[in-house]
Amino acid sequence: MGAMNFQVIVLAGGGGLSKKLSPLVTKDLPKALLPVGNRPLISYVLELLEASFIKDLLVVVAGDEAATQVENWISNAFDDRLHVEVVSVPEELETADALRKISHRLTADDFLVVSGDLVSDVPVGAVAALHRRKDAVVTALVCGLPNLKSSEGSTGASSKDKTKQPVSDIIGLDYSQEHLLFLASSGQVEKELRMRRALVRLAGNMEIRTDLVDAHLYAFKRIVVQEVLDSRPGIKCIKRDLVPYLIRSQLTLGSTPVPASVSDGGSDPPRAGSVENGAPAVSISGDEVSSLLQRVCSIDSSLFKCCAYVASPGKYCARVDSLQAYGEVNRAVADEVIHLTQYVVSSHNNVVHETAVLGSKTTVGPHCMVGEGSQIGDKCKIKRSVVGRHCRIGSNVTIVNSVVMNYVTIDDFCSIQSSVVCSNAHLLERSSLKDCQVGARYVVGANQEYREEALAKKEKSSS
Amino acid sequence: MCTRRQDERFYPAGPEEPEGQAVLLADSFAQQFRPITDERPKVLLPLVNVPMIDYTLEWLASAGVEEVFVFCCAHAKQVTSYLEREWTSQSNFTVTPIESRDCVSAGDALRVIDQRGVVRGDFILISGDTVSNMSLKEVLKEHQERRRKDKLAVMTMVYRRCKPHPLIHQSRLGNEELLLVTDPSTKQLLHYDSLKEAGGRESTKQQTLARQVVLERSLLSHRPAVQLCSDVQDCHIDICSPEVLLLFTDNFDYQHLRRDFVKGLLSDEILGNKIHTYEIVGDYAARIDNLRAYDVVSKDIIHRWTYPMVPDIRFASPETGIKIGRSNIYKEDGVVLAPSTIIGPSTVVGSGTSISDKSIVKNSVIGRGCTIGSNVVIEGSHIWNNVTIGDNVQIRHAVVCDGVNLKAGAILEPGVVLSFKVVIGENFTVPAYSKISLVLQRHEEDSSDEELEYAEAASGVAGSPPSPLYDRMSGSQADDGDEAPESPRWDPLEVGVGGAGCKWSTGQDDEWRHSVAPIPAERVREIVAREEEAELEDAARDMITSSRNDNVAEQLDDDEEADEEDDSLFFDKEVEAFFRRAVTGESSVENVVLEVNSLKLADDRSFSDCAGAMFRALLNLAAQEPQTTSGELLQNTRQIVVQWGSLLRRFLKHQDDEMEVLLVFEEICTEDNKEYAPIFASVLQELYDKDVISEEAIIAWASEKQHADESDKIFVKQCEKFIQWLQEASEEEEEDEDEAAYPEYGSVASATRCVAKSMDALISSDRTDLSLPVQIAQMRDILQLCSHLSTYEE
Repeated sequence: MGAMNFQVIVLAGGGGLSKKLSPLVTKDLPKALLPVGNRPLISYVLELLEASFIKDLLVVVAGDEAATQVENWISNAFDDRLHVEVVSVPEELETADALRKISHRLTADDFLVVSGDLVSDVPVGAVAALHRRKDAVVTALVCGLPNLKSSEGSTGASSKDKTKQPVSDIIGLDYSQEHLLFLASSGQVEKELRMRRALVRLAGNMEIRTDLVDAHLYAFKRIVVQEVLDSRPGIKCIKRDLVPYLIRSQLTLGSTPVPASVSDGGSDPPRAGSVENGAPAVSISGDEVSSLLQRVCSIDSSLFKCCAYVASPGKYCARVDSLQAYGEVNRAVADEVIHLTQYVVSSHNNVVHETAVLGSKTTVGPHCMVGEGSQIGDKCKIKRSVVGRHCRIGSNVTIVNSVVMNYVTIDDFCSIQSSVVCSNAHLLERSSLKDCQVGARYVVGANQEYREEALAKKEKSSS
Repeated sequence: MCTRRQDERFYPAGPEEPEGQAVLLADSFAQQFRPITDERPKVLLPLVNVPMIDYTLEWLASAGVEEVFVFCCAHAKQVTSYLEREWTSQSNFTVTPIESRDCVSAGDALRVIDQRGVVRGDFILISGDTVSNMSLKEVLKEHQERRRKDKLAVMTMVYRRCKPHPLIHQSRLGNEELLLVTDPSTKQLLHYDSLKEAGGRESTKQQTLARQVVLERSLLSHRPAVQLCSDVQDCHIDICSPEVLLLFTDNFDYQHLRRDFVKGLLSDEILGNKIHTYEIVGDYAARIDNLRAYDVVSKDIIHRWTYPMVPDIRFASPETGIKIGRSNIYKEDGVVLAPSTIIGPSTVVGSGTSISDKSIVKNSVIGRGCTIGSNVVIEGSHIWNNVTIGDNVQIRHAVVCDGVNLKAGAILEPGVVLSFKVVIGENFTVPAYSKISLVLQRHEEDSSDEELEYAEAASGVAGSPPSPLYDRMSGSQADDGDEAPESPRWDPLEVGVGGAGCKWSTGQDDEWRHSVAPIPAERVREIVAREEEAELEDAARDMITSSRNDNVAEQLDDDEEADEEDDSLFFDKEVEAFFRRAVTGESSVENVVLEVNSLKLADDRSFSDCAGAMFRALLNLAAQEPQTTSGELLQNTRQIVVQWGSLLRRFLKHQDDEMEVLLVFEEICTEDNKEYAPIFASVLQELYDKDVISEEAIIAWASEKQHADESDKIFVKQCEKFIQWLQEASEEEEEDEDEAAYPEYGSVASATRCVAKSMDALISSDRTDLSLPVQIAQMRDILQLCSHLSTYEE
């Protein structure tokens, strides 16, 4: 990978500002350090990159305070394994702006931008290799919509549930599934979808997919992207502005502001056969027409092509970008992609730390995790859940489909379903939660019953 | 009303379709072949020395079609007499001409055919200028199988891969490039987009349309993927169900098959009709709707792509022998060639034709009985029958019709069309793309004219009006052009000294697009330059709009979730409001159906959503009536179902819709109206009895619930007995079908069984889940049933 001369940038987000993950993410707990399967979220990306032999990387964190925390954790955990530099950028910046801020540090021909909330086992090297092989301007990793099966399962869900599916993407691919022809998140597209006819024409046969999502892992060609970022201040967000702009500009040859500095080696000569078999007779031949044709007869000959690496169906790829996704990814890392965590799975198909204490008649089901030093009382039931470190859990407690972070105290007879309980929270006796999020240090009163609520202390009091 | 007629017509035919029927339109309702088609119908024009219609009929006969209705309009006499002469004596293949004089479009033609009532089942709809060798078996099978599952799949369209020219953006057949959007899993056509159909290239709006593809967002909802194909060619071979004819009759403004009918069907979701696509691979299919296509298909025939429809297999008229030589040179018997004549590759020469010294013929078709002088050059041209060509004539990429006389030294530049019996004077050069005919061009289209092009009949607008000296001619257009007018004074500037004919102006400057001549280089350059300019403009505009949209997009993201919840509530409310108006008599049932359907369209809902909302409205109404016990509620509900069940049925198009009703019912029982919970089973039975919910739907619902959570299963459990009975009854039904049907319970046997079952259920002590009133209600049911039974047995 080093030989391939890629620089890697991890956009790790910050603390507090992310509305989608409140009340989980706070100033005290930046998104990068949010525990997923009892490990900080960013560790998954770092290990994924490490597995592709990427050693040098730049982690961009929004906000100084958050940056310090992230830096501390990384330097402890990856001390001798990776060379990581943490850079902080102002909190309010969007992704493309953040890229602009650190643009001067980019020197390699190509660079990778990875979202820090990616949990995946797709080989990053393969994305980079496709990018190089195609000599693309951008190569995006796209993957199948997570959990499509479960949401359309036969549980008798009424058709209303279909509309509640997580916001997905609309992705256009050509016949080879390698060229990216369209990208928008479905929220962006209101009534109609507009595309360059020239691009559709060039692709000949194009598929627009709604069952794929953009994984927010991109390989970029540096000089093109730097030029575009400099000349187009309107581009604020990588996914919303930059990538669609590059896609649209695939055909605008010679008119892009970028000096054409592309090596001849990569581009294929136009295939004469493909032109002849369908085209009406044109009376001229020779260099002129063939040079005209070269420009328009195949995407491969485009100088600024955009590519997509479609992850093979067996691979896991998800982003922790919403509360729902947080719950799902936690369950997944305790289950089908447990190999990402490198934990040792017990004979009960779960991970219970050796220092954890379980009371009598307490059952911890398969695909559960119980962290270091946690104590669980008698007759508890834990199903498909992750319990963090040093939790104190009383007796007769039921925890189903939930995430309990560290140092949480749960008193007797509590019931927690499909909820997230943050660190240092306290659930008093017989409280019951369903589809709730409990913020850090929040105390849930005894005998209280909550449904679909976010319970958190106000930010002010916590800081 | 439309649906009823469909049923009557479709069902008698039954699943085993006895014979293949085809409707052949022997009129293209277009003007592309003018002025030739003023004198002879297009389907009788020779294509490699055989009338075009022979290719179509021969293919239909060989593909197993047994009955063809040939719709004739322009020059109907000529077509019918030709058919009588050549095609009526075939066994197992009947050709029936249908004549109508006042049709101006394919739509009119299909309406006439519908009136005649000759089409009995699925049929193949083609025009008489189609050359193909595809097998119809598979596409027919696919169509019929689909129809059996989904009655709304009314048409299957055949297409073929063919990449349009990357610079000129038209296919090799000269058609504008086409964009088909299909669902890759079902092959359903979702969008049909052709630049030509979009209008022209003139206005700015159309120009942006030409550069942008605009798709409805709704196409993507509920679909994992859609496919956009721009490398396809529409073969204009359609497999249609009889409903297609009805649709044309119902929509009297449908004229053009693609522009009106296909677009209309795709945009009209009230009836929900669907079009599917079928791709042919390897087989040949093409429609000749312009001169370029004529040239290209001729070459394909000579190159034997259309096998067995090739020149040396005389399918229609086997009287003359033909020899095929190397590099596709075909010579019929009786060709007289001087020794120094050079016949180049890909050439056909008809019998009785003589070619003198040192003439060169290549890539051309020469008809029968032609006399060609010496030192003549013929290249890439189509010379029909009995043409006289003098010495030193040069013809490149031209069409020369029957009886034309080219005097010595004449030169035809590329793209020239000479209609019947035109004479070109000595040493005269006919400029490129000229069209010359003995028939004067009419400047005002009268309705008796056979080839009116719908809505776009613009011809000769820019042409110079004919000078007064031709005026006496204008009334004397002979139908077949057999008699040339005596001693007309033709303009020597148009046809040379001693020539005959006048030049037709088309008023279009893109004549080169559809001509037989190759596209000149400067045109290509022009197009490319224009394209690049446009791209630049687009890119500039793009940037401005995209930066403006930024904020809007963000807000949308946030609001969306909340909106959707509201939307579905709002939808339910609206449907209920419509329903209430029907209950109070303010509005008729028909109106309610119409209103709900339009709401469905506006909100992008499915029939299931409508059915669910409608059912909710029904139950709400029942719950409103005064009541104290579950028994009364059940009684109320019964009445409502009896009264309004038929309305609800209007939205139950599919088993899934019925399941949706059941799911909504469950939801109501657990959330909104818990009073219904204890009588779930009874209401379900009522719905079944009144044919609102089918037995299949109930069984499917039950089996789907089998794997659900325990909490989800209460209602299935409540209905267990009923479902069990249904399952047994359906098994039973297969065994003794001949047993007389009992109005409500299928048969005496099953009714008796039902009584027994219900009694069991009631008596058995484990049914504690039923409250007393419900038990009473059930008891009443049983008694009712018994009385029914006794009356039946009497």
